[in-house]
Amino acid sequence: MKIVVTVKQIPDPNAPQKLTSDNRLDRGGEAVLDPGDEYGVEAGLKLKEAHGGEVVLVSMGPAKAADAIRKGLSMGADRAIHVSDDSLAGADALLTAQILAAAIKPENPDLVICGTESTDGSTGMVPPMLAELLGMPQATFAKQVEVKGDKVSVHRQTNEGYEVVEAQAPALVTVTAGVGEPRYASLKGIMAARSKEVKKVELSALGIEKGSPAESVEGVADAETRKAGEVIEDDGNAAERILAFLVQVKAV
Amino acid sequence: MAKVWVAAELNQGKVQSISFELLAKARELGDVEAIALGKGAEAAAAELGKHGAKKVYVSEDAAFDDYIGVPAAGTIEALVKQGAPDLILFGFTYDSREVAGRLAARLGVGQVSNAMDVSAEGGGFAASVPYFGGAKVATLKVLNKPAIVLVRPKSFEASEAGGTATIEKIEPQKGDLSRAAKIVDRVVEAGEKVKLEEATIIVSGGRGMQGPENFPLLEQLADALGAAVGASRAVVDAGWVPYAMQVGQTGKSVRPTVYIAAGISGAMQHTVGMKGSKFIVAINKDAEAPILKMADLGVVGDALKIVPKLTDAVKAKKGK
Ligand SMILES: Cc1cc2nc3c(=O)[nH]c(=O)nc-3n(C[C@H](O)[C@H](O)[C@H](O)COP(=O)(O)OP(=O)(O)OC[C@H]3O[C@@H](n4cnc5c(N)ncnc54)[C@H](O)[C@@H]3O)c2cc1C
Repeated sequence: MKIVVTVKQIPDPNAPQKLTSDNRLDRGGEAVLDPGDEYGVEAGLKLKEAHGGEVVLVSMGPAKAADAIRKGLSMGADRAIHVSDDSLAGADALLTAQILAAAIKPENPDLVICGTESTDGSTGMVPPMLAELLGMPQATFAKQVEVKGDKVSVHRQTNEGYEVVEAQAPALVTVTAGVGEPRYASLKGIMAARSKEVKKVELSALGIEKGSPAESVEGVADAETRKAGEVIEDDGNAAERILAFLVQVKAV
Repeated sequence: MAKVWVAAELNQGKVQSISFELLAKARELGDVEAIALGKGAEAAAAELGKHGAKKVYVSEDAAFDDYIGVPAAGTIEALVKQGAPDLILFGFTYDSREVAGRLAARLGVGQVSNAMDVSAEGGGFAASVPYFGGAKVATLKVLNKPAIVLVRPKSFEASEAGGTATIEKIEPQKGDLSRAAKIVDRVVEAGEKVKLEEATIIVSGGRGMQGPENFPLLEQLADALGAAVGASRAVVDAGWVPYAMQVGQTGKSVRPTVYIAAGISGAMQHTVGMKGSKFIVAINKDAEAPILKMADLGVVGDALKIVPKLTDAVKAKKGK
């Protein structure tokens, strides 16, 4: 089975974040493999262990995104495709999906695995767009993924619990943290990753016509914050104080 | 007047509240029509009419309930080509994301998602979206037509406008269903007696509850208050409680009258989902926890001790 996992490098979510002069997220600082994508890599590796085959990472991003790709390779993925072009900085979800689709298509994968949304952009739109452009069914928000013959079956999280969803391969799946803790890269894995293939692909080789972007950033402001109210120290009577508050606001 | 469409969301025949929230905003932005697809669509049209839709495009085809994204995207695409709306509003929900993403790719127009507000601007539309997990708000101008915007639930307050909608039955354009994912079973996980989205009081727990064995303390308090139980992502990821209980950026947005946060630090990604609550009560043993800086009543103390006492006090007060 050939499994493609899409991966993205993002600014370290634990480091202070900055904006560039044109109000885009500053990607110049510390960067990491998107933690959401680590679940994708984990899910892909588990399926490979169960069914054999190959896990191929596909990423769009600046040259330095190679570090995030290496991380996925050291976890155990077999090889990677990296689409890099300076003109892609600030690409919107549709352009990103178009580029990923063009890079993935020649691979003819049985399964494409994505995170549910990127940790930095949070639009959550690349996976359904990618499924559409690849002509694949989308089995999404999976906390469990199984492959049975040429069918993929997932437990899709819902507001009430989950749905059992089935799709005919080739299919696209998005995974949540439910698929299990991403494995650490072992020392052996890190060594092995150095010699794994990372194919660089130029934008021009993909033959994509850039449409007009979906949006422009007009301005960025601080979000409204709530003011602190009363803060008390529990002296054994805090429960009574909370109850009094609930009564006062007519919640009890 | 701008032509504004709302893609209503039905879940097994029931109109989801996000649809009414979107209609309330749509009425401010232009002439409103809605799309209702799946079981119960015709009955839904009446409700959507009350909330301001002048016309509702309906199809009761079962494919909309059984298959993810594909049939709805194809059907709406055909409608868009005929009706040429200026703006289509979707909920930023699991089901609508699937449809909107496919639709935007088909039409080649892109979209703006995760929006908290939409406004008319310079003959077009602008949307505000959270940046940096909610610390900042960016205003984006939506450049394409139709503008497709996905809005977080609970961003707007639903309100009836008292109209009636004409119903237009449409032919579904289902596409190739063998290339669509099929829902073969729906499983309801126990525990959610009161729905988070509908609760007026929410009792929510985080890692400070120390372990899944202590979550029943929150359930007992919730029972006494008639409240729903929520959770932070830390405890959902740790597998203590199901994802359906997660509040925050990647969980649910809630807007209860009172939100009680027990052992939750107040990370931006959590608070973006609950800061619209009318009142916030926080219990945290760390006086420096960010949640205490936004609570109307903050208690520095041990949630494991305070929560059971509060349950007893509420029961005593209610005379149970
Ligand atoms: C892209 C992204 C999306 C995210 N989405 C979400 C989301 O949707 N929802 C969400 O919640 N988080 C989300 N997070 C995670 C978020 O950043 C925090 O990590 C998470 O909210 C922390 O959960 P917590 O408050 O339970 O745990 P912690 O941050 O570990 O806080 C535990 C708190 O409990 C207190 N405590 C400990 N013991 C006690 C006690 N006995 N009594 C009282 N208090 C005690 C501690 O002082 C501490 O403040 C997201 C993160 C990212 C990067």
